[in-house]
Amino acid sequence: MPIQTRRSDDGRTLTIKIEGRFDFSTHQSFRDAYEHSDQGVVNYVVDMSDTTYLDSSALGMLLLLRDFAGGDSAQICIENCNGDVRRILSISNFEQLFAIR
Amino acid sequence: MDEPLTEQAPLTILIADDSDTDRLILGKLISRQGHQVVGAVDGQDAIEKFEQHQPHMVLLDVMMPRLDGMAAAREIKRLAGERLVPIIFLTSISDAKTLASCLESGGDDFMSKPYNRVILEAKVKAFNRMRLMHRTLSEQRDLISERNRQLLSEQQVAKRVFDNVAHSGCLDSPNLRYHASPLSLFNGDVLFACPRPAGGMHILIGDFTGHGLPAAIGAMPVAEIFYGMTSKGFGCGDVLREINQKLKRILPTGMFCCAVFIQADFHLNQLRVWNGGLPDAYLQRHSGERLVLPSSHLPLGVLSTERFAADVDVIRTEPGDALFVATDGLIEAEAPNGQMFGEERLVTALDDHRGSEAIFQSVLNAARVFAGDRELQDDFTVFCLEMVDEEALDQLPDRLLPSALTGPSDWQCDYELNDTTLGKFNPLPLLLHICMEVPGLRRRAGEVYTLLSELYTNGLEHGILKLPSAWKNSPEGFGQYYAERERRMAAIEGHHLRFSLSHRPSADGGCLTIRCRDSGEGFDYQHLMAKRPDDHQYAGRGIMLLRQLSTSLRFLGKGNEVEVVYDWQYG
Repeated sequence: MPIQTRRSDDGRTLTIKIEGRFDFSTHQSFRDAYEHSDQGVVNYVVDMSDTTYLDSSALGMLLLLRDFAGGDSAQICIENCNGDVRRILSISNFEQLFAIR
Repeated sequence: MDEPLTEQAPLTILIADDSDTDRLILGKLISRQGHQVVGAVDGQDAIEKFEQHQPHMVLLDVMMPRLDGMAAAREIKRLAGERLVPIIFLTSISDAKTLASCLESGGDDFMSKPYNRVILEAKVKAFNRMRLMHRTLSEQRDLISERNRQLLSEQQVAKRVFDNVAHSGCLDSPNLRYHASPLSLFNGDVLFACPRPAGGMHILIGDFTGHGLPAAIGAMPVAEIFYGMTSKGFGCGDVLREINQKLKRILPTGMFCCAVFIQADFHLNQLRVWNGGLPDAYLQRHSGERLVLPSSHLPLGVLSTERFAADVDVIRTEPGDALFVATDGLIEAEAPNGQMFGEERLVTALDDHRGSEAIFQSVLNAARVFAGDRELQDDFTVFCLEMVDEEALDQLPDRLLPSALTGPSDWQCDYELNDTTLGKFNPLPLLLHICMEVPGLRRRAGEVYTLLSELYTNGLEHGILKLPSAWKNSPEGFGQYYAERERRMAAIEGHHLRFSLSHRPSADGGCLTIRCRDSGEGFDYQHLMAKRPDDHQYAGRGIMLLRQLSTSLRFLGKGNEVEVVYDWQYG
């Protein structure tokens, strides 16, 4: 199970957790993770605590999620990145688009 | 002295009596029972004869010239040392006080004159039985203490062997404090700490069910896996899964290892904590706030790999925060009255002070005071990790270098994938593995992976499969892109993709060159190189990442070959 999702008790926050490599092979399940969730989700959390590597297609997928969640008004938080993943995100200036914690 | 082994064997018995008649009568009675008699005429003579003949038993008259019976008894008992030499007083006195002081001076019994043959024989037999029993007990006691001494010295040797396995540890880091019995390994407790190549450290506090050899044997593979995988750069989830799998396989059902696994990242100021079966761990923040980290998993070695969960609590920390873990031996430590130390006392001790050194001492002191005068029952492990600024631990990773530096650092490698393999096999893990053998480069695993991955994706998807990146500009297009990728992958024919990797060491790191050439038609790269990517575009990030991560990037030939040069430094 490379991708796991969890809804908060109030149903407003969806946490998507990615295990291992985040690359094109995860794209369908990553998309399913948010597109198939019920209405009412306001906040998205991408939990990278078990994500080892990230490539450019993963960056594209994060942008797709951002558009799905409302573009500039999207509330997406990327959490628990390891040093490598964080560096890739910051090289791509993703701090400007996502809350990275 | 010749020791008769059975109750029937003849004894040497010393008879001291200043009355020749009495001595003679008693001597006859004794020798008729088959024993050998040594006679003495007074107390002083009795002592000398005792030294000379080393009798098994002594019959002493109370009133004698030169030295009386009581004084002689005291001296004989002293000379006999640990041996039990029964002394029976011979007396015509019946005054209770005198009889009592006979026994107090070291006598074991008394017998009244005139002697009764039957009682005399019974007493000699009874005391001989007692003497033999005493001797057997002494021998067994000596044997046990000798065995115990052997066992302890074997354990010390075993511990040294074990320490060699666990050699690369960083338990002596200034921010770690611990208390563990020197032979705690044989109580089933283990404590390991290892620096991670990318910075930070892994720590494992474990408590095997059971004691002694089985627990110690279980600890060996745990140490090997823990140190081996950690220094290769694996994360806590991978290490935990591997240890669990190994223990599940080797330990008999009913034996397992309760453990807390900590991954400390001092750069991000973050802790990952996995608790399977140990008592609550506590994060004592420097603000005074306390976070309880209860066990939320089954111990290691219980669940099969499929059911094992390695998810951790991720905790943001600040320098000065301290994580405190103890095995259940602390909570179960007993006071002289049998009461247990308990969690409440532990939490109170945590409250007492601020700062990890103070907390650690406060907990140990509380346990010592609680256990009272008795030697602290030494079968628990107490551990404390303090979060510090990364700079404070600068010296840590160096310790890894001696072993880590003995790897390939000057090499070249070509790897070409053709047709069906190209369509079915992902070469990235293999290529990454080759690069990670370079000492020190594992710290850059993430960046090297991204370089390899972008080059591979570019060569395969655009060069060979000719997928247009523009498709990825909409969510639907994204899906379409990958559906089409799959379809075209299955039909690859007459194509190849060639990776040429080379690495050269430098004074403070190295230089990795990666070339990727595909059998595609190439493209007009001059145009692309001139263009700046738009941040909000879904596609076109690959080239930008390559450019940013590498020292140089260039297209070769007709655009079907890309070379990146990656300079890196230790640290």
